Amino acid sequence: MRLKLVPSETKIDFLRLRMPALGFSGLLVAASIAMFAVIGLNLGIDFRGGILIEARNSQGPADIAGVRSDLGKLGLGDISLQGFGSETDVLVRVQRQDGDEAAQIAAIERITSTLGANYEIRRTEFVGPTVGAELAEKGVLAVVCALLAIMVYIWFRFEWQFSIAAIMALAHDVLSTIGLFALTSFEFNLATVAAILTIAGYSINDTVVVFDRVRENLRRYKSYDQRAILNMSLNETLSRTVMTSVTTGLALLAIVLFGGAVLRDFALAMMWGVLIGTYSSVFVAVGMLGFFDLKKSFDEDDDPGAVTDED
Amino acid sequence: MLQFEAWKKTLVILVAALGTIYAAPNLIPGDREGAGILPGQKINLGLDLQGGSHLLLRVDMDVVVEERLEGIAETIRQEFRERKIRFSGLDVRGAQVRVSLRNADDAAGAREVFQEFSRFVDIVDEGGEYRIEYSEPGLVALQTSTIEQSMEIIRRRIDPDGTKEPVIQRQGSDRILVQLPGVDDPEEIKRLLGRTAKLTFQLVDTSITGAEAKSRGRVPPGTVLLPGDDDDGQFYVVEKRVMVSGELLETAQASFDQNNQPAVSFTLNAEGAKKFGRVTGANIGRPFAIVLDGKVVSAPTIQSQIFGNGQITGSFSVAETNELSLILRAGALPAPLIVMEERSIGPGLGADSVAAGQIAAIVGLLLVIVFMILSYGLFGLLADIALAVNVVLILGALSAIQATLTLPGIAGIVLTMGMAVDANVLVFERIREELRRGRNVMAAIEGGYRRAISTIIDSNLTTLFAALFLYVFGSGPIKGFAVTLSIGIATSLFTAVMVTRMLIIIWLERKRPRELVL
Repeated sequence: MRLKLVPSETKIDFLRLRMPALGFSGLLVAASIAMFAVIGLNLGIDFRGGILIEARNSQGPADIAGVRSDLGKLGLGDISLQGFGSETDVLVRVQRQDGDEAAQIAAIERITSTLGANYEIRRTEFVGPTVGAELAEKGVLAVVCALLAIMVYIWFRFEWQFSIAAIMALAHDVLSTIGLFALTSFEFNLATVAAILTIAGYSINDTVVVFDRVRENLRRYKSYDQRAILNMSLNETLSRTVMTSVTTGLALLAIVLFGGAVLRDFALAMMWGVLIGTYSSVFVAVGMLGFFDLKKSFDEDDDPGAVTDED
Repeated sequence: MLQFEAWKKTLVILVAALGTIYAAPNLIPGDREGAGILPGQKINLGLDLQGGSHLLLRVDMDVVVEERLEGIAETIRQEFRERKIRFSGLDVRGAQVRVSLRNADDAAGAREVFQEFSRFVDIVDEGGEYRIEYSEPGLVALQTSTIEQSMEIIRRRIDPDGTKEPVIQRQGSDRILVQLPGVDDPEEIKRLLGRTAKLTFQLVDTSITGAEAKSRGRVPPGTVLLPGDDDDGQFYVVEKRVMVSGELLETAQASFDQNNQPAVSFTLNAEGAKKFGRVTGANIGRPFAIVLDGKVVSAPTIQSQIFGNGQITGSFSVAETNELSLILRAGALPAPLIVMEERSIGPGLGADSVAAGQIAAIVGLLLVIVFMILSYGLFGLLADIALAVNVVLILGALSAIQATLTLPGIAGIVLTMGMAVDANVLVFERIREELRRGRNVMAAIEGGYRRAISTIIDSNLTTLFAALFLYVFGSGPIKGFAVTLSIGIATSLFTAVMVTRMLIIIWLERKRPRELVL
C-alpha cells in the first residue's frame, strides 16, 4: 500500500486560478511593503547594535520580574526580557548605549554583576554600531546579489521570459517573508537573512523543476496551446512538488521541535518559506509565464540539445 | 540497456568507504585528535557549539599616530636645541607636527634634522613654517606593524602557555579577529585586552604641586600633568622624559609588599637596569612616578640607587596584581583595542546546542526515512540507504576538510536531509509517469533517470548559488551554514544519482521484475 498525497493523475486547471492568485500575491506583496514601511522590522542587535545576554538561574525558575526591576535601576535605557527555552533561562536585550564601544562593554559588566552569582551567563553578544551597519549592508547585498545571480542563471539556461517570471516569484517570496517578520515582530537578525536566502534557494529549486517541464513540453507538444502546456506541466510535477515540500517540512519540523530555542525561529521562517516558495512556483512563476508568448520563441528554437521524444 | 559500469560501482564504494573512514572518529568519544589508526580528525566545532569567545577588535590608530608625532616633535625639540636652531610654535595639532624657524638661515640644518623621518612623513615647507605629517605609505607601514605587534601581544596575553588554540587574524585595515575556544569568563579576556599596559617610570617635577598646576591650568615646559590611578582627584606633574619604560621589563610577578598588600614585583633586563641605576643614582631623594596607561599608580621617593628589581604598589586586589603582572609580562599593546563586536557562548549552552542538534538531526532523518518508505516502498528504502550514505559523506567531508560545524550548520544538515531526497523524488515521479505510459520496467527506469537528470542538475545548481552568496557575505555561524548546505548539495547529488541508481540496478539484475509498483 502506498501513501499518495497526490493522486496519480491530476487535471487541475491551475491557469484558471491564475488571475485570483496573482491578485492575491500582488496584495500580499503590497501589504508586506506597507507593513515594512509602517511597522518596520524588529531588528536584532546584529543590525541595530546592542547587547544580548542569555542567563540561566542555577537556583530554579528565572525571576523575570525581579531581574527586570534590578536591571531597570541601572538606567541603561530600553531593556527587554523574555523567557528563553526552559523556564530557568532568561534572555536580556539592551539597546545600544550612548557613547562609544567602551560604554557598551561597561554596560555588559554592570548587567552581569547585577544578575549576580545565581545566574550562569550562557551567552553574551554585543554588536557595536559600526559593525551593525556593516552587517546590515552585507545582508542586503547578499540577498540582492543572490537574486541577480539566479536571474542570470535562469536567463542563461532558459529564455528571458522564464528569468523574469522566476525573479518575480523570488521577489514575491522575499518580500512577503519580510512582511511576515514586520507583522509578527519576530526578531530580524543575521540568521533571518540566512533563512531568506535559503528560502530563495528552495523556491528557485521548485520553480526550476516546473520550468524544466514547461520547456520540455513546449518542445514536445508543439501543437498544444500554451495554456494547456502550462497546466499539463504543473499537473505532471505536482506530486513531486508536494513530496519534496513534505520531506523538507518534516526535517524542519524536527528542528522546530527538538533543535533548541536558538534554531527555532530560523526553522519556523524556513517552514514559511517552504509554503510560500511552493505556492509561488506554481502560481506566481508559472502564472507570470502565462503572460508571455512562449510558443513563438520555441517555434523558432532549434536547440540541438532539446529533449525530443524519440520513442 | 540499463547498466552500471564497474568503474562507477568502484567509485561509489570507494567514496562511501572514504566518507565512513573520515566520519568514524566522530563516533569515538574523547578529544579531537581521532583514534590512532583512523586518518582523520573529529569535526571542528564552532564557538557556538563548543563554547568560547569571538571578539572583533579595532586598533585605535589615531592614538598611535599622535604618539609617534609627539615623539617626532620631541626629537625635533632636542635636535634643534643641540644645533642651536631657534624655533617657535612647535606643536602637534590634528595629525601634524608644526614648527616655525625664527631664522631662515637655519633651513638647511632643519632639513637635516627632518631627514631622519623623511622615509615615512611628508614635509611641507611654507616659507620657514613646516608641517610634518604621515605619508600614505608611511601610514600603511605603521598600521601593519602596529597590527602585527598587537596580534603578538594579544596572543601572549590570552594564551600565555600556548595551549588554548586561539584564532587571531587581521581583518581589513585596522581590525583583529580573536576567537578563543572554551572560555568560562569572557569578561576576563576583555579586561586582559582592555588596557594597553604602557608602563613608564618618569621623574616627578617638585617645583610645583599637582594641585597648583591643575588650578593654574599650566605646567612647566617639558612636563605633563597626570591624574592618579585612584580617581581621587590627585594630580602629579611629571617630566615628559621617560626614565625607563615597560619594554625593558624582563619579567613581572604578583607579590606582596612589606605591609602585606598585593603588589607587582618586576625585574628589568640588563639595559633597563643600567638606565634605571643611572637615573636613580643621580636623583636620590626625588620622587618618581610609576605611570601605567597615563595614570600615576604610585610616586615613591628614590631612597637609594635602584637597579634591576622593583615593586609596584598601589591599591590592588590579588586578582588585579595577577592580571597586571600577566599583562606586563606580555608587553604593552602599541595602541588601545576597541571591542567592535563580541559573541561569547558559555560551555553549557554549547553542549546543550550539540545535544539538541543531534536529536533534531536523528528525528528529522527518521521522519524522512519513514515518509519515503510509505510513499515509494522498496524504492523509498533504497533512497533512504542513499540518504544514510549522504549523511555519512557530509560528516566525512566536514571532518576531512576540517570545516567548522556551527549550530546553523547543523540546521543546514537537517535541511539537506529533507532536500536530498528531492533528486530521488524527481526520478521516482518520472518513473511513475513512464510506467503510466505503458513502458516496461526497464524502459521506465531508464527513461525516468534520463529525463530527470537535467532538472536535478539545474535545481541543485541554483540552490548552490544561494549557498555561495551566504558564504561570501555571511559571517561566523552563517558561513558554517553555507558550508554544510553546499557540501550537502554536492553529496546529495552524488548519492541520489549514483548510489540509488546503483542499488536499483543491482535489484533489477537480481530480481528481473516484470512489473513494478511504484
